Amino acid sequence: MSNVTLKHITKRFRAVTALKDVSFHVEDGEFFVLLGPTGAGKTTTLRVIAGLEKQDEGNVEFDGAPVDSFTPADRDVAFVFQQYSLYPTMSVYDNLAFPLRSPIRKTPEEVIRKKVYEAAEILRIQHLLERKTARLSGGEMQRVSIGRAIVREPRVFLMDEPLSNLDAKLREALRVELKHLQKTLGKTIIYVTHDQIEALTMADRIAVLNEGQIVQEGLPDDIYDRPATTFVAQLVGTPRINLFEAERRDGKAAIKQSAITVEAQQQKLPETLLLGIRPEDIRPAADGEFAGQVVLKEPLGVETVLHIKSGEQTLLSLVPGMSDARIGDTVKFNINSRKLHFFDMKRKRLNV
Amino acid sequence: MATIELKQVEKKFGDAYAVKPMDLTIKDGEFIVLLGPSGCGKTTTLRMISGLETVTAGQIFLNDKNVTWRHPSERDIAFVFQFYALYPHLNVRDNIAFPLQAQHESQRVIQQRVREVVDLLRIEHLLNKRPGGLSGGDKQRVALARALVRRPAAFLMDEPLGALDADLRETMRAEIRALQLRLNVTTVYVTHDQIEAMAMGDRIVVMNTAVVQQIGTPTEVYYNPANLFVAKFIGSPGMNLVQGNCAEGVIHLPGGNQYPLPDGWKNSIARGEKVIIGFRPESAHVNPNGALKGEVYASDMHGSYAMLHVNMDGDNVVHLRADRETRYPIGSSIRFDIDAAMARFFNPQNELALRKN
Repeated sequence: MSNVTLKHITKRFRAVTALKDVSFHVEDGEFFVLLGPTGAGKTTTLRVIAGLEKQDEGNVEFDGAPVDSFTPADRDVAFVFQQYSLYPTMSVYDNLAFPLRSPIRKTPEEVIRKKVYEAAEILRIQHLLERKTARLSGGEMQRVSIGRAIVREPRVFLMDEPLSNLDAKLREALRVELKHLQKTLGKTIIYVTHDQIEALTMADRIAVLNEGQIVQEGLPDDIYDRPATTFVAQLVGTPRINLFEAERRDGKAAIKQSAITVEAQQQKLPETLLLGIRPEDIRPAADGEFAGQVVLKEPLGVETVLHIKSGEQTLLSLVPGMSDARIGDTVKFNINSRKLHFFDMKRKRLNV
Repeated sequence: MATIELKQVEKKFGDAYAVKPMDLTIKDGEFIVLLGPSGCGKTTTLRMISGLETVTAGQIFLNDKNVTWRHPSERDIAFVFQFYALYPHLNVRDNIAFPLQAQHESQRVIQQRVREVVDLLRIEHLLNKRPGGLSGGDKQRVALARALVRRPAAFLMDEPLGALDADLRETMRAEIRALQLRLNVTTVYVTHDQIEAMAMGDRIVVMNTAVVQQIGTPTEVYYNPANLFVAKFIGSPGMNLVQGNCAEGVIHLPGGNQYPLPDGWKNSIARGEKVIIGFRPESAHVNPNGALKGEVYASDMHGSYAMLHVNMDGDNVVHLRADRETRYPIGSSIRFDIDAAMARFFNPQNELALRKN
């Protein structure tokens, strides 16, 4: 396995700059996630690492050595795509064996057999080995796709939104499996997704990409607890973070068009600012400091999302279990003042 | 005003059932969700209600009128598709006006109705644009406007949020539900996403392999799933299901675990019988003195909480919801308890939920 470093990568497609000065480092054995919306440049980044795309500026290094002059085959990376790309006329066994049968490698058939069975066992697809891939379910196909990458024992795994074509339920199951797999095999994985739950649950570290630039890099906890910009704050966390324009009034932050004011723990606040509050930090309470009216209720089973209108603002509150609040009810609530997020009007985090 | 009734409605293709005979009564103003995995029959059912698909048996009633053999255009329903189906050569205004133009409505009525729905969906700024240049969310709003402008008796929606990014799905799901509540329009909504179903539905029709598994409110399908499929499908993750053998007042579970049968269940499960215990992740708690034990398979952070995946014995990985700070190394031993009031039991043979005595 290898560590991977990107140094000041810039990539242009004619007039469009897809990647602007992108730099990051992935440790050997790390599960590194590139998170960003569609069009952010995630796939382009992966393709540059693989050598499928040539960057205009900057270097890609594996274990400290530049690989820019290497072909994709020589970089020894395995790419797992969103659209499985399995060979439909071949059995699962032959699909898994295919990379090892390449004339460049000249692997003996007994070794191939051993590696294929190992990969199949890890992914629990031994019972499918004789089946033609066209007759597999989505989840099974994706496992075969990952298996085909595993048998190659590459330096780095590159995964491009491999779960996004699958049903929600299957995605849930495969997330846990992939994470378990990665931890037990100790592989270096660079994984690209627009799904923030995938990023939070699977990553050792996350880099948030937007419009070709890295906006923040850090542990899942850092990205969630200390988002560097409102973009990151809104990208991560379900339901989405509440974000309001506020102004400084008597040393506190007062949310515009509402009666809500909150303390800033330390420094001075600017005159106008943006205040972020996560739904789980807004809690209905009989003796709550603030009041509002329930305008919508979304029962999710394990918890309920309450849409509360206070003044002219609507806040999302996350409460455990099935709430018995009804639409139209007046509700009092508290805001956890230790979990507030303050941003300046340029949308950058203020440390107050 | 629209009530919809399905009486023994079925769809077969040759000998294969796409939808086995089903009964469903939808009340006026109700938001009914047809929920299930790909291929379960939910879209076929929706299409039969719309008339885009014929029934092979059974009858469909709209406001007590038998519409089983009526053409879709004669059914006073509006269909919203996953891939919007907007007319690319018309601008947004003309797309929305189209259904009324086709019905030869007067210009005055058309203008008034278009203005109404445009205000409702807040898309005034898009009127002169062509669909090609719009974002996914905007396209879906235009599709909704076009359906709304006809003031149909009922809305039928086929996975309308499926093509959108996760954050937009969240926003649009609340928008659609709020709109529906405001207009009080009977809505039949198809999705494979149980979170959407739970958040939006007054009642959910859970389907799998052409068969209705359960019809109930979100509370009912969540707390009292009728069978193993519903227990697993509803909730993210679904209910933990572990098979064991019932002995005297105790269930022997994998990994050498024993779980005492909670009060109220002792007469429902016979000694010597195999039984499946079901419990949701939030009703299991890490406890150093807990009754049950296992090995940590994985642990991950979900934002406001953590999820602990515990291997009880080889094939049985259960999921426990825990607070943020709970992170355990893979392979470490762990003990936990299950909230007795929240435990559910199922018959492994027929997969049905057992009842309390």
